[in-house]
Amino acid sequence: MPIKGHAYRFGDDINTDEIIPARYLHTTDKAELAAHCMEDADKQFARKVRAGDVIVAGKNFGCGSSREHAPVAIKAAGVSCVIAESFARIFFRNSINIGLPIIESKEAAARIRAKDTIQVDTAKGFIKNVTRKEKYRIEKYPPFMQRIIKAGGLMESMKKRRA
Amino acid sequence: MGYTITEKILLKHTKLKDIHPGEFIDAKIDLCLGNDITAPFAIEEFEKLGAKKVFDRNKVVLVPDHFAPAKDMKSANQCKILAKFAKQYGIKNYFEVGRMGVEHALLPEIGLVLPGDLVIGADSHTCTYGALGAFSSGVGSTDLAAAMAEGEVWLRVPESMKFVFFGKLNKWVGGKDLILHTIGDIGVDGARYRAMEFCGEVIESLEMDDRLSMCNMAIEAGGKNGIIAPDKITSRYIRSIKKKARPGLGRAYASDPDAKYCLVKEYDVRTIEPLVACPNLPSNVKPVKALKDVSIDQVVIGSCTNGRISDLRIAAKLLKGKKVKSNVRLIIIPATQKIYLDAVKEGLARIFVEAGGVFSTPTCGPCLGGHMGILAAGERAISTTNRNFTGRMGDPKSEVYLSNPAVAAASAIKGKIAHPDEVI
Repeated sequence: MPIKGHAYRFGDDINTDEIIPARYLHTTDKAELAAHCMEDADKQFARKVRAGDVIVAGKNFGCGSSREHAPVAIKAAGVSCVIAESFARIFFRNSINIGLPIIESKEAAARIRAKDTIQVDTAKGFIKNVTRKEKYRIEKYPPFMQRIIKAGGLMESMKKRRA
Repeated sequence: MGYTITEKILLKHTKLKDIHPGEFIDAKIDLCLGNDITAPFAIEEFEKLGAKKVFDRNKVVLVPDHFAPAKDMKSANQCKILAKFAKQYGIKNYFEVGRMGVEHALLPEIGLVLPGDLVIGADSHTCTYGALGAFSSGVGSTDLAAAMAEGEVWLRVPESMKFVFFGKLNKWVGGKDLILHTIGDIGVDGARYRAMEFCGEVIESLEMDDRLSMCNMAIEAGGKNGIIAPDKITSRYIRSIKKKARPGLGRAYASDPDAKYCLVKEYDVRTIEPLVACPNLPSNVKPVKALKDVSIDQVVIGSCTNGRISDLRIAAKLLKGKKVKSNVRLIIIPATQKIYLDAVKEGLARIFVEAGGVFSTPTCGPCLGGHMGILAAGERAISTTNRNFTGRMGDPKSEVYLSNPAVAAASAIKGKIAHPDEVI
């Protein structure tokens, strides 16, 4: 999916209970998880978000539980990319493992405002803020992670290896 | 340059000759773990992978503990997925209701985790087992699926932080207060991607239950793992386990004197009083004495953090012959069946019930807002659990304060957040 859409802003330490509250964890149904995405941080989010939109947050996004339901809900809601100043480690690895694009960028997290139109080109290594006519450079992932990302997730990369 | 205990354990589980923080490794695992929330996703992925069998049926652990005994039909279905998978693949360590417990209390109790192990679990509090001198870390469901299939996990070798605790512990201060103090000091991302090594004279004389509480909450500072070098207390703990799930005492590693740390913190514990973490972050830590007239509706004593027998003994000491305040609900949840039975044998269960409390079957239940004590809008709880995020125990407009079991029990009696000295 091309990464282009409007930005939704969130603050620091957005935790997995806010991303997908435990009251919805009795299912693995992706559409149901998506319907409650970000509910305890922004009750209207799941209704407002459109395919391609981007979540932009402060530091330590995704802290708390190991629930993969969190990145799954975000991806299933149509969010094309999460940009944050920093990520909590389990959320980070879960996103890499399920193929949800995530980008750590202090500059982008500080500059992007709600509703800005954001475009990301991971191959060329930049985030374009169409609204503000700005560009933020992004760091390349280490080769180890690039292999997983390129395959589309950990399972896909394993399937390739096992084939 | 020497290695830290974390680096030594990781190195031992690879084919590498040397290891450095920041490096990516594929490591062999000794155990992998999932529960009724995380394992169903993992099982879906495992089956999509086309794996015919698990890498080792003795090394996969499945515990339905979060929404079990099943709280509703959907949860019952999640639990059923675990039971079916366990049967189909001959999983030896599947723990059915009645034989289960909160996973991170259960595994050490039956000797499933030993010093020197590398354990991953699809549950963030998997870091608990660092108390036994193991490397253990929380991962996601896809990681669990990969581990069940191939017995390996990808890891980035963490930098290590050293926390040295010295002095003499104040009355009513335990492992929970030491870790809350640490999180309050460094923040909820203070140890992000890092290993947290706890040491010093205080840790050396700290009992295993307190060590487990401390390592349990390493994740609340963002840590990859918490770890304490195995010693006499560790081997005594392991030797005391009846019908141990695995033979031997594991392998004890210790950090080299010239090991490299990205940060060393020293804490004089004489300055640490009983603490509470106020809403809505575990780092929002204050001394109990600094809180005035914070009324409560509910008290929860239990969880993988503080649901062990020594926690229940402390709570019983305060509650004996006392009554829970009329407008307060006290919910006590022993973390495992063994702890439940010990609490009955020791007369603790009677003390709790006579005080006006609930004594529940083991479950994670209210800790994550699952069941067995959900908060309504505007309600406030003090709990011995590990997280106080917005809506963690129920309605997004409810509040959770975190404390040790003594403070929680004292608060149940007073109907407001109270210091144990106020009731004894």
